Amino acid sequence: MKQIFQKPKYLKDAVFHYCPGCGHSIIHRLVAEVIEELDIAEKTIGVPPAGCAVLAYDYFDLDMCEAPHGRGAAVATGIKRTLPDRIVFSYQGDGDIAAIGTAETIHAANRGENITIIFVNNSCYGMTGGQMAPTTLLGQNSSTTPGGRDSLRDGSPIDLSEMLAITKGSVYIERTSVNSPKNIRKTKKAIKKAFKVQMAGLGFSLVEVLSPCPTNWKLSPVDACKWIDESIAKTYPMKVIKDEAGNID
Amino acid sequence: MSNKQLMRGSQVIAEAAIRAGCRFYSGYPITPQNEMTEYMANAMAELSDGTFIQAESEIAAINMVLGASSAGVRSMTSSSSPGMSLKQEGISFLAASELPAVIVNTMRGGPGLGNIAPSQGDYFQATRGGGHGDYRSIVLAPDSGQEEADLTRKAFEYADKYRTPVLILVDGMMGQMMEPVIFPDPIDPLDLPPKPWILDGAKGRPSRIIKSLILDTREMEDHNWKLARKYENIAREITTAESYLTEDANMVVIAYGTAARIAKGAIKRVREMGLKVGLFRPITLYPFPNKALLEMSRVVKHFLVFEMSTGQMIEDVKLSLEGRGNVHFYGRPGGIISTPDEISKEISSIYYRQNLEEE
Repeated sequence: MKQIFQKPKYLKDAVFHYCPGCGHSIIHRLVAEVIEELDIAEKTIGVPPAGCAVLAYDYFDLDMCEAPHGRGAAVATGIKRTLPDRIVFSYQGDGDIAAIGTAETIHAANRGENITIIFVNNSCYGMTGGQMAPTTLLGQNSSTTPGGRDSLRDGSPIDLSEMLAITKGSVYIERTSVNSPKNIRKTKKAIKKAFKVQMAGLGFSLVEVLSPCPTNWKLSPVDACKWIDESIAKTYPMKVIKDEAGNID
Repeated sequence: MSNKQLMRGSQVIAEAAIRAGCRFYSGYPITPQNEMTEYMANAMAELSDGTFIQAESEIAAINMVLGASSAGVRSMTSSSSPGMSLKQEGISFLAASELPAVIVNTMRGGPGLGNIAPSQGDYFQATRGGGHGDYRSIVLAPDSGQEEADLTRKAFEYADKYRTPVLILVDGMMGQMMEPVIFPDPIDPLDLPPKPWILDGAKGRPSRIIKSLILDTREMEDHNWKLARKYENIAREITTAESYLTEDANMVVIAYGTAARIAKGAIKRVREMGLKVGLFRPITLYPFPNKALLEMSRVVKHFLVFEMSTGQMIEDVKLSLEGRGNVHFYGRPGGIISTPDEISKEISSIYYRQNLEEE
């Protein structure tokens, strides 16, 4: 019998705790595949967040240092500056990176820290039960925006990736999604490029991944994937936001 | 030739940190301790293996230290009172994740923005953990430039040995005052013992995790007790205090840091008047030298706690004495620096009121 599919080498034999239809499992897999393909596992240190992916260290078979909520970029900075020849990535949700960790993220990008951030945008605080995130769409229901997000009351969705692109130190920023096989392949390509930017010592790289949250969106997994195209991608278009690395293959 | 150098307290601590093998410092500007940050910026720039980062916030600074420490380097940050409030999140995470770090608090008047004058108002914050959760930090309180140099060396040793954050607690006076200091010889970080727990990439070994999240309540309880046992060991092994002119004393002043320096001057004065008064100076504020104090209460019945606050260490003094002896208090908060003359008047007033000259 021929084996045609297997678990990535750098994911542990652990069952994901993520909800059915959640994007984290796919994104974890893509990161693990990229690390295996680039053969960098033995020199990689990951920084998981507080949020749904808080247990990422139970899944990645890599050295992992938990960061306080929002501080991923600061913790990653400390590791990377101490061990400049290692590969350091943080894995953060939208509340973690774009609300409580905004300052750490913007200044890490502005310093041109040679780190990679995987920014998972599911437009809500998933772990805590679906409260409004900085990325929640206008009109989107959440447990803290009765009647939907109202720009006058709640502010508007924040374009963190675009803000980071303005900083001089950021090199590569792309927004993708994992809502279709095609987009999953694109996401993997983007994650690979982000790590390559770091390996080449070029500076700050980030991939924002639009990720389905069927549980808090109260949609079926299939409808959640559709909703990304129909709604989220209208506010957060999938595209290369900044690329000063060019072709680094 | 003498090796003595005349230096400002903040710079003494910075230089002593470099000599202790500290190669990572991140900080944020705040008075009255900017000289420490500026010294580190220049010192690290001259080292091939040193990192200095001016962080965007106190929170970022302490979390950079958390990252650097997990990667194995001797790491430090420093601040003053309002900035220390912001660092508490990271200090709690350092304690929980059992990561070594040295944090210097050059205390100023508070609460709130307060002022930039010397104060001892952060005693509770320092000695009770400060951040959330069931933990303590080692707290060292030097009272001279020389002791700042010596205790900074010890702070890094303790941090590594016990894998816990260590606070050096001084005030604006200790930070700004210039005194002659003889520094210990520098340590090459490469000569320090390897740390078998660091994150540097899982090469030829299983992957490692540094974390503080423990969802299982029994595991969390085990971890809490493990930390508690560690603090018991720390108390057994490093508790230190200075006793000054206490052998024949029937009254003892208890003070730390700058307040102890002032109290020493006062005690010299009242000794000239024939009053049998000594000084007990806790050098480790956590662990507090409770046993030595309790022992002293066998003979001494009157204690005067002098603090540059409205009274914080006095609680540890009372706990230590277990109801024995009379505890008097004199405090000057808000950045007021008492003179030895002022304290000597306070001492003699209690002394005569209690008829101690007749003992």
